[in-house]
Amino acid sequence: MEIGYPILSAVIFVPVIGGLVLLLVNRANESIIKWGALLVTIVTFVISLPLFTDFDKTTYLMQFQEKHAWIPSWNINYFLGVDGISVFFVLLSTLISILCVLISWNAIKDKVKEFYIALLITEGAMIGVFCSLDFFLFYLFWEAMLIPMYLIIGVWGGPRRLYAAIKFFLYTLVGSVLMLVGIIVLYNHAHTFNILELANHTYPYKLQMILFWAFFAAFAVKVPMFPLHTWLPDAHTEAPTAGSVILAAILIKMGAYGFLRFSIPMFPDATKAMIPVMLGLSVVAIIYGGLICLVQTDMKRLIAYSSVSHMGFVTLGIFALNSYGVEGGILQMINHGIVTGALFLCIGIIYDRTHSREISDYGGLATPLPVYAGFFMVFTLATIGLPGMNGFVGEFLIILGGFAASRIVGVLAATGVVISAGYMLWLYQRVFFMNVNEKVAGLKDMDAREVLTLLPLLALVFWIGVYPDSFLGFMHVSVSHLLEKINSGGPADMNVAQAIIHMVK
Amino acid sequence: MQYPDINPVLPEIILIAAALLVLMLELFIKRKETIGFIALIGVGLSMCSMFYVKGVVGQETFGGMFISDGYSAFFKIIFYLNFYLTVLISLKYLKIERALRGEYFGLLMFATAGMMIMASAGDLIVLYLGLELMALSTYILAGFLRHKKKSNEAAVKYFLLGGFSSAILLYGISMIYGLTGTTDIRHLAGLLAGGGIKSSPVLLLSVALFVVAFGYKVAAAPFHMWAPDVYEGAPTSITAFMSVGPKAAGFAVMGRVFLIGLASVRIEWTTILIPVAILTMAVGNIIAISQTNIKRMLAYSSIAHAGYAILGIIAGTQEGMAATMNYMLIYAFMNIGAFAVVIMLKSEGLEGDNLSDYEGLAKTHPVASALMLVFMFSLTGIPPTGGFMGKFYLLMSIVNAGYAWLAVVAVAFSAISAYFYLRVVMYMYMKESKETPVLSVSPAIGLALIITVAMVIAMGILPARFIDFAGAASAAL
Repeated sequence: MEIGYPILSAVIFVPVIGGLVLLLVNRANESIIKWGALLVTIVTFVISLPLFTDFDKTTYLMQFQEKHAWIPSWNINYFLGVDGISVFFVLLSTLISILCVLISWNAIKDKVKEFYIALLITEGAMIGVFCSLDFFLFYLFWEAMLIPMYLIIGVWGGPRRLYAAIKFFLYTLVGSVLMLVGIIVLYNHAHTFNILELANHTYPYKLQMILFWAFFAAFAVKVPMFPLHTWLPDAHTEAPTAGSVILAAILIKMGAYGFLRFSIPMFPDATKAMIPVMLGLSVVAIIYGGLICLVQTDMKRLIAYSSVSHMGFVTLGIFALNSYGVEGGILQMINHGIVTGALFLCIGIIYDRTHSREISDYGGLATPLPVYAGFFMVFTLATIGLPGMNGFVGEFLIILGGFAASRIVGVLAATGVVISAGYMLWLYQRVFFMNVNEKVAGLKDMDAREVLTLLPLLALVFWIGVYPDSFLGFMHVSVSHLLEKINSGGPADMNVAQAIIHMVK
Repeated sequence: MQYPDINPVLPEIILIAAALLVLMLELFIKRKETIGFIALIGVGLSMCSMFYVKGVVGQETFGGMFISDGYSAFFKIIFYLNFYLTVLISLKYLKIERALRGEYFGLLMFATAGMMIMASAGDLIVLYLGLELMALSTYILAGFLRHKKKSNEAAVKYFLLGGFSSAILLYGISMIYGLTGTTDIRHLAGLLAGGGIKSSPVLLLSVALFVVAFGYKVAAAPFHMWAPDVYEGAPTSITAFMSVGPKAAGFAVMGRVFLIGLASVRIEWTTILIPVAILTMAVGNIIAISQTNIKRMLAYSSIAHAGYAILGIIAGTQEGMAATMNYMLIYAFMNIGAFAVVIMLKSEGLEGDNLSDYEGLAKTHPVASALMLVFMFSLTGIPPTGGFMGKFYLLMSIVNAGYAWLAVVAVAFSAISAYFYLRVVMYMYMKESKETPVLSVSPAIGLALIITVAMVIAMGILPARFIDFAGAASAAL
């Protein structure tokens, strides 16, 4: 698979350079800035497409590799590559960024130039996180992303943005710096930052344990896992729509990705020992996050807490450590990115009209905005996991994997699906049905730009829902390679899961 | 009679001669910028001579009392940079303060010469000479705004406490001399390695006294009490100068005295330095949170950074020393850069050193705010800035030396520091301004800002060259 240009570097640096070029544009020329940002994100998306079309599904090896010496005296390389686990996050990032530019078109009125620069730099750094195969480089992108994200929340956010921004920054930073020390200790042991070599190394059990928790600090904050989730409702709620979408769709996936890429392959023994803790925390997140959603009065906050619950499913699947669970977890991350991203976009669309996020300010919205109501309905059902839509596939696989790992966990997780149906449908009912609230009477329905923003996500909802194998197919080899190293889950449980799969088929 | 080889000490000789010349010219030249220009040329000559000397001739003179090697050269480059950047940010500021006088440049040159002598000292007496030359010049510079109460207060405080620390240093030297009969650092190392003096309590006491004296110079807690008041009261340009130069000089002598002279009692001095480092990071980062004056905040931040830099000395390895040196170089750029922005806010009628003066700056002055943003993130240690690379090197050296727990302490305090650095960003970008401050922009300060911001980013993205440079320089030790 020969491509004429270093595709991963291009995907990372086209947005960054695009952002720097925007620096030179006169700030009065807002339309040039907007169109420029849109152009950059579209170009980035187009050059990322070969990752999907030219990907070799038959190997677990890293593809599209690029390697250059960077800091030779520390054995640090500029080393990029993707495998079946990471490739979709790159694609998701490039797609979501376009939508973020579109949704901000009229919503951002102040410091327009800075906003799009921050957005583009965030995009580059996010993609860098998913492509890095050098731990130092990974950490660089991981942290560098905080700067524009902090600004996006803090400058263009809602009323309590200052509090939310610093809380987001400090939570993430504290977790990350512990991981930094962990990385250095790892280097001290293996004398390399190369992630592939680090994963082939075997570490003493005690060291694995310490490092597992050091990395846990960084990844669990990002996911966020219970009880480190409290930054998320604030950040999601206060961020501007584009910021919420990035947070929900991509940024919080980095934590789960970190578990898959680092914690599990590098510290298999510690991971196995910690399965009960991780599964327990995941189940708590699923149920607790879902219950909190039931009492929210703010739409954005409700969706934010639903993220806690959904990410609980993701970590559950990952730490079930069988192929259903892990593949379901990865797929569910993508699903959650699509669906929750779409829901935040939807809320942004209505917020632009009414400037209110309170559920009680709405009611009967389906009458003045029928098209909008239709879109919202689809994404609501996808969140709940209606068969035929993407949420169903992911959650089904995860619950199956969870059941194989521990029956009680599988059963408890399944109740989360019921709770999510409860809060989402109730939200839908309160906002779209019942009597038309006079505050929303006479609002205009979605315009072409807004429809265009949501359409790609709508298509993906059904594509993944109807034919998930075109996505799961990318993961099989990488995931089974990962699981070979761990080899967990009793054979008996696996047989049960196999039997269920056959019955379903 | 045989004359000592003066080639190694040529840069210092040229610098001091130029400083004397500048003091004399002050009487005849009315346009004070011209004097500043002459000072720049004089220092430039001195710098050229250093590169010439480094390439051509022997490294030591005066019987090993003065050593000109790669190690000292690295620090001297920091001192030259410190001088140049300080002059660039001073010109406009001094005019506004009506304190543009020729002595200012002369004293800066003397102070720089003192630091250079410290970095090259192979003997404790020479070390003391350099230290006093540097200290006396900076005491005067701290009080350079004669009509301001705070500036005078700063000078007196700095002088009194500095006098004590010098006396303590002399006391330590005298005890070392009493024990071993030598003040030559390398000779001392040989004697300590050989004999039974190692267990002497007097030696331990003198080690403690050294820690106190050097700790004072680098503003390490609990010897930091002077720093906030002096930094706040001194002219802002001098605050920038003091927060980098004397600190780097302090680390230069710490490297020679602890890693060479007292190498065989390493366990003793690390036992003292570890709590000092932790306390320094704690005091600097925690008290900075409650500051409302940006100069005071940067004073506490400079204390905190001394705490990080000590980690490299504690590591006690060549790698550790290289990390400390690398950190001082990065720190010079990011800290003077931050002060350059602070100094721009000083204009006729506005002191510009309160945090609230930064409200909404991003709206009125987007470029200055963006620069300050870079410096603040670099001081926090967020990639891709130089500050991150510097901290990473330090952490790596301390982990490799077996103190992983100390690295955890350091990153914890570093995370705390994000709060107050980001508060500046928050004021600039996320608050609305009440009035529009006028920035005192000049080509000189613009040049200083371009240099500093370019270096902060270059050292963050392409650090390999700088790391190798520091590594090679520390190998000369």
